[in-house]
Amino acid sequence: MRYERPATIEDVTALLASGGEKSFVLAGGTDLLVRMKNDAFEADLIVDIKAIEGMSDVTRTADGFEIGAAVPCAALGENAELSRVWPGVVEAANLIGSTQIQGRCTISGNLCNASPAADSVPAMVAAGALARIAGPDGRRTVPVQDIPQGPGKTSLRKGEFIEAIVLPDPGPRSGDAYLRFIPRTEMDIAVVGVGVQLTLAEDGSIASARVALGAVGPKVIEATEAAETIIGTRLDQPALDALAAVCSEVSTPIADKRGTVDFRKQVVGVLAARAAKIAYQRAGED
Amino acid sequence: MSLDTTYQGRNFRSVGTRPLRPDGVDKVTGRARYGADFNMPGQLVARILRSPHAHARIVRIDTSRAEALKGVKAVVTAADLPDLTEGDQGLFNTLENCMARTEVLYDGHAVAAVAAIDARVAKQALKLIEVEYEVLPHVTDVDMAARPDAPKANGTAPNIAKQTEFGHGDVDAGFARADVIVERSFLTEQTHQGYIEPHACVASCNSDGTAEMWVCTQGHFVYRQTCASLLGLDVSKLRVTSSEIGGGFGGKTHVWAEPVALALSRKAGRPVKLVMSREEVFRASGPTSATSIDVKIGATKDGRITAATAHLRYSNGPYADGWAEMGAMTSFACYDLENVKTVGSEILVNRPKVAAYRAPSAPMAAFAVESAVDELAQKLGIDPVEFRIQNAASEGTRSSYGPVYGPIGIGPTLEAAKAHDHMKAPLGPNQGRGMACGFWFNFGGQTCTDLNINADGTVTLAVGTVDVGGSRASLSLIAAEELGIDYKDVKAVVADTATLGYNDMTDGSRGTFSSSMATISAARNAIEVMRQRAALIWDIPVEDIDWEDGHAVARGENYGNLPPLSVADIAAEAGTTGGPIAGHSEIVADGAGVSFATHICDVEVDPETGSTRIKRYTVIQDAGKAVHPSYVEGQYQGGAAQGIGWALNEEYVYGEDGRLQNPGFLDYRIPVCSDLPMIDTQILEIPNPNHPYGVRGVGETSIVPPLAAIANAISNAVGVRMTHIPMSPPRILAALDREKAG
Repeated sequence: MRYERPATIEDVTALLASGGEKSFVLAGGTDLLVRMKNDAFEADLIVDIKAIEGMSDVTRTADGFEIGAAVPCAALGENAELSRVWPGVVEAANLIGSTQIQGRCTISGNLCNASPAADSVPAMVAAGALARIAGPDGRRTVPVQDIPQGPGKTSLRKGEFIEAIVLPDPGPRSGDAYLRFIPRTEMDIAVVGVGVQLTLAEDGSIASARVALGAVGPKVIEATEAAETIIGTRLDQPALDALAAVCSEVSTPIADKRGTVDFRKQVVGVLAARAAKIAYQRAGED
Repeated sequence: MSLDTTYQGRNFRSVGTRPLRPDGVDKVTGRARYGADFNMPGQLVARILRSPHAHARIVRIDTSRAEALKGVKAVVTAADLPDLTEGDQGLFNTLENCMARTEVLYDGHAVAAVAAIDARVAKQALKLIEVEYEVLPHVTDVDMAARPDAPKANGTAPNIAKQTEFGHGDVDAGFARADVIVERSFLTEQTHQGYIEPHACVASCNSDGTAEMWVCTQGHFVYRQTCASLLGLDVSKLRVTSSEIGGGFGGKTHVWAEPVALALSRKAGRPVKLVMSREEVFRASGPTSATSIDVKIGATKDGRITAATAHLRYSNGPYADGWAEMGAMTSFACYDLENVKTVGSEILVNRPKVAAYRAPSAPMAAFAVESAVDELAQKLGIDPVEFRIQNAASEGTRSSYGPVYGPIGIGPTLEAAKAHDHMKAPLGPNQGRGMACGFWFNFGGQTCTDLNINADGTVTLAVGTVDVGGSRASLSLIAAEELGIDYKDVKAVVADTATLGYNDMTDGSRGTFSSSMATISAARNAIEVMRQRAALIWDIPVEDIDWEDGHAVARGENYGNLPPLSVADIAAEAGTTGGPIAGHSEIVADGAGVSFATHICDVEVDPETGSTRIKRYTVIQDAGKAVHPSYVEGQYQGGAAQGIGWALNEEYVYGEDGRLQNPGFLDYRIPVCSDLPMIDTQILEIPNPNHPYGVRGVGETSIVPPLAAIANAISNAVGVRMTHIPMSPPRILAALDREKAG
């Protein structure tokens, strides 16, 4: 196994492009190292991106935030401005694993791990986050939901890696929230996860909304039909009921050791309504 | 001198205080040595190859490629562990469980093992071992296995392996007199003891035919006995030293990988270290049974139980030496019943061989019985505590499993529950309260202890019971109490098998009970020696010397001017008065007093997700005499915490293929700290008449009531009777949906 710690993005893409099938990017390593220790595979090449300048920075830009691929989730929680603008994304990132894990793990890694149950992904999708990808042929930017393709599979091409997550400014009267269901109180993995982002019109009705569902399909579901049920409403009970019903309907979960199909379909609606209420309240305070 | 074990009552000076434990600093600084912390020069690393099938015939094993790999020093299969069990079926089961012989009987069953120069080579070698299997039909579910058309789990043995019955009276006549009868069936899923420290040992077979082993165990003498029998060694030639133990809860009373490590060391001629991974711990070591239990209880309108029956089916794994009998014995032990009958059935399944788990089999039986008792009280419109008080066993009651009780704590724990603040606290929305009782036998057993008076008058206490819950602190208190010296002047150690006589393992809540009895006896013997030495120093008759507050005191007017001699004074003269001073004790500690507890629990259930939070939890239990109250409370809290995990989330999940799907702490959910409230405790002290200080075992009873207490609380919160443990969110939500659908 080869371990490299290059100083530039170009070196990363060149290494990944020339590496074997089992070539991996290492940021926090909270998925990669655990799998290696469990003998899931033997790596050919590991490219550590933490030595690259700027890769561990959260940058405030003219129209949003850029979160470098090596920024640990704990650092997101310590960023007051980011926490104010995107509280749901930050909360999701700070639900992953334990305090110790959050000191290492990253939202880019959470995205690229492509687990259907990833906590930060539904929150990012609801936030309209973009993934900035560097590759041997240059850069491209895609919505984060285009990255995971199914459990453990991504759309990244040979030699590509995510260098940053871009969170656009949501505009005034906006709020977001992420809720997940776990059997315990912490140190657990989502059985269902829901991210909601809302922007209100001046009259307090919902002008726009995005709803994203986790752990109820092979990859994150952007539930556009569900979001439409609450646009134009003030999130009264019928709107919440409609939201819950559509979320349940569009979910395509499996039954496994963590939960049944019925349970997941039911709880995804419950959490969507609860997350929408929190996002609505935050938007009203914004 | 033989010990008079009768409870004598006394004003304690050391017993009942709460000093720091002697092993505490090492444990919090990381210095304590657990099983995996022992290393030897030249040691090899062992890895075990395990079956991917729930049930299969081993057609062929070819280890030649693994043996040829550079760095591999030994490969063993069943052929290297020949059957020396001479018809002892229990011992044969242990042997076969350590290494499959002709068939693999569960997912994770060991088939071969390697010892290599490092872990990387050992893992590579496992991949080079070729095993050809002929897959056989399997069964993992307890009720499925009990059906006549079920596949046989192990050879031609019937799956319903063993049946035991207890009870007295005429239950049919009793039910005929009942005004109200509750009859229900209950299920509990399989759980693991969940100790944090995986099994670990270093085995070293020497060229002269002797062997040594350092191991994490609850009973190094028992491990020595079992391993010596399986390996064909004289017991005296195997020396076993126990490490600190990161939890056992019954799971470290049985050997798993230790005979394999010895076989590898014997073949390689070098020390071998074997540490199980967490996955191996789950797949191949000690879970407790899954159960299916039918209960029927009848009572008169005024709240007197007229008859009670239970049929309890416990899944065993593939062998007929499980624990169903204990379930049948404990089911109704809390109650004074005229007519009672219980049947315990052991059911063979293709799951790991079950092991003892803290009050083995009692929690599931209590779940079923205490749920039915609660429902019966509800139907009768009687308060559940009052109903239990009305039917509780007391001194002189003939227990449902046979013996007549002496002074016992069930009544007092119920009265304490009735009077407790917790019972009167208001409940919020979606909250419910439940309570339940529990019983455990406790055990005494063979015990050997040395108490050595050192030259400076301090004391070294060598015990043979592994310290699983603070017993070195408790036994130091006992020695200090009996000798009349300070706790700080006693140092207790767990001696290895070569330096002390045989001790049964630390199980049955016997560690402090039995070793305290032996310690008292050893201390009294040492006092006797010290009186004789004082007699020599003073040149007066020994009959004129008393032992008071840690001193030899000359009795009567004649010796008025002799200042008392301290332990240090006497020890200083040991060289001229007859040599080293010690007290020894070898006993069978009889009369372990039975133990009862009552638990109260408040829960809050989210009706939309089925999620349960424990809001408040109180344990009330009889300790006889709490030697070190902090560690008694720790036992109460620990049992409740394990019970909460068992009740809410813990379960073995098997796929259709018979393979365990959740062999890790991510998806086998023991509680994390934030899942638990501070667990309140109340210690009752109803002296055990058969112990000089009144001590009873306290380690196990605390896990018996939680499943039922929590189930009753949840049932009260949601208005639906919960009958399937664990009450995980999907199960609660499904039960609520069924209720809504009518």
